[in-house]
Amino acid sequence: MRLRYRQQVTAAGVSVVALALTLGACSSSSSSSPSGGSSASGGASSSSGGSNLSGTLNGSGSTFQLTFQQEAIAAFKSAQPNLTVNYGGGGSGKGRTDLAAGTVNFAGSDSPIPSDEASSFQGKTILYFPVIIGPITMAYNLSGVSNLKLSPATIAGIFSGKIKTWNDPAIKADNSGANLPSTAITLAVRSDSSGTTQNFTEFLVDATGSAWSLGSSSTIKWPSSARAASGNPGVAQVVKSTPGAIGYVDYSTAKASGLTFASVKNKDGSFIAPSPESATAAADAVALKPDLTFAAVWQGGANAYPITYQSWDLVNAKQPTAADAANLKAYLGYLLGDGQKLLPQIGLAPLPSSLDQKAVAQLDKITS
Amino acid sequence: MSTAAQADPAAPAGSASPLAHRRPLGDRVFQILAAAAGVLVLVILALIAISTSQQASSWFSTEGWKIFTVDWNPATNSFGAMSFVYGTVITAAIAIILSVPVSVAVALLLTEVVPQRWARPIVYVVDLLAVVPSVVWGLWGILVFAPWLFHIYTSIASGVKGIPVLDALFGQPVSGASFFTCGIILAFMITPIVTSLSREVFATVPAIDKEGAYALGATRLEMIRGAVWPHSQGGVVGAVLLGLGRAMGETIAAALVIGSSPVITSHLFAAGYDMPAVIANQFGEASGEFRAALIGLGVLLFVITIVVNLIARGVVERSARRKRGA
Repeated sequence: MRLRYRQQVTAAGVSVVALALTLGACSSSSSSSPSGGSSASGGASSSSGGSNLSGTLNGSGSTFQLTFQQEAIAAFKSAQPNLTVNYGGGGSGKGRTDLAAGTVNFAGSDSPIPSDEASSFQGKTILYFPVIIGPITMAYNLSGVSNLKLSPATIAGIFSGKIKTWNDPAIKADNSGANLPSTAITLAVRSDSSGTTQNFTEFLVDATGSAWSLGSSSTIKWPSSARAASGNPGVAQVVKSTPGAIGYVDYSTAKASGLTFASVKNKDGSFIAPSPESATAAADAVALKPDLTFAAVWQGGANAYPITYQSWDLVNAKQPTAADAANLKAYLGYLLGDGQKLLPQIGLAPLPSSLDQKAVAQLDKITS
Repeated sequence: MSTAAQADPAAPAGSASPLAHRRPLGDRVFQILAAAAGVLVLVILALIAISTSQQASSWFSTEGWKIFTVDWNPATNSFGAMSFVYGTVITAAIAIILSVPVSVAVALLLTEVVPQRWARPIVYVVDLLAVVPSVVWGLWGILVFAPWLFHIYTSIASGVKGIPVLDALFGQPVSGASFFTCGIILAFMITPIVTSLSREVFATVPAIDKEGAYALGATRLEMIRGAVWPHSQGGVVGAVLLGLGRAMGETIAAALVIGSSPVITSHLFAAGYDMPAVIANQFGEASGEFRAALIGLGVLLFVITIVVNLIARGVVERSARRKRGA
């Protein structure tokens, strides 16, 4: 009897200790300082303007930015060898969640903070730094047709499943004189949620209004005949391997996969092929809000490619230490400065200079 | 000395040899460690359940009973989970139906038919299937296996056209990525688990039972049916249920080959979706209620897995009781 009692006491004691340990671990992680992964080692912390910075900057989010961030981090290393920058993808939603939780110093996001997330950023001022823009191509696989032209209404018809074959009158009307086969259209779409899907469907909503009934979101309920694949490369693979397929693929991936893509009719009524130049032209015309948010899809301008999207780096205006502020200013300054020169070679477009200057001017709002 | 004896009543009174003292201390440390490990598992499980339910609460509260609808459309903020539950159940069922007969047959082959020196290489090969990472299964499934299966699907579909039930089951294939492809890939993945667990169970059948059956003039098949099967029924059911749990929870392979279309349809060759796959696919960009709904799917999957496990345990215990009674 005494033995059993002792065992119970031991078991209870052990469970209490385990519980305490676990809860302790939990609470300490959730109450960690907003600087999170940042650890600026002393010494360089007081240097302003950043000739010799040290420490670590962590970022996560948009996979659209991932290639650019990787290239920029590698190039930035030679300018600031002691400042380590890490960028993990994971998606814009993850980036914003991480920034709200304070586990990263900056977040990559393809869209501004949506209203239902605003509460998690309560009491903080978030600064938006536009860093890249890029075209989304209408990539297709149709042998013998090389200069396809598509108007927004036709694209809406194709992606809502109403236009089923390539010789549909609507496609013929966009391509007078072209010899279009009667091949069935196979839709290639994203299976994962994506900023690419979000911006592509925003374009359809803006450009066609009520003709597009599937709405705009990072995940769309596509017609059930659509072939879904993961990531831009996955969609590119489906398009490449399926005769008659059409999909929306980020320009750099479409280029890298050697896909053919259509010219799309813009707001001014001319058919424009996707390219870094036509994307920059689209961003040149945007209506910029004071916080530097905008939407580059469906912008006016004779040479603007209408399905152009953008990505921001989001940071807290108030940084916990002077070192964090200096490090962020240096890295974001690089992204907006020399980093922009890296963009065309990876199939993305640099910011138009007017926008870039405004973003650079905003760097001063990062304080400690 | 007397205090030590009081603190540890388990120690035999009056024994002063160091050996007698050391053992209870070791026992005590072991007891604490084991209890800590056991409690830790429970606490972790409870914390996971609490925090996920908490984060999913806005889904349960805003959608209410609508979580049991089919309509999953983030663009219109409707998050009904049933198409994913359906996909999870269907693909796991296909996997079990395809995998269990093969697994049990291979296990019987290894324990009852082939001699030990032949059994070992076969065991190695089967176990090798288990070390293939799930992403490799998924990529092989979508790049190699699915396009190949698609030809088979289309010929089956044209063969059953117009036949009432078969047409509903095997008609209208869209692409190689489907419920059925996912089920086959899952079957590949759970076969090694079910095989090796069944083999362990069959190996515990007392030789004397088997010899007794032979002595009564039983053939090998009769011996397996009369001596091996009754003894190992419960264990095999347990093995199958472990496989089922793995099949229901498999994420990346399923996400790659299932086709990502949230529908409920009788067509097994159509693209579908299941719970782990939708979480993996859509979590990255999700926010607000969308995010809560995805976490809620995780909670739902958790609940379903627990229910399946409880049923499993019940089945195993009942069969064990019946055997004891017999």
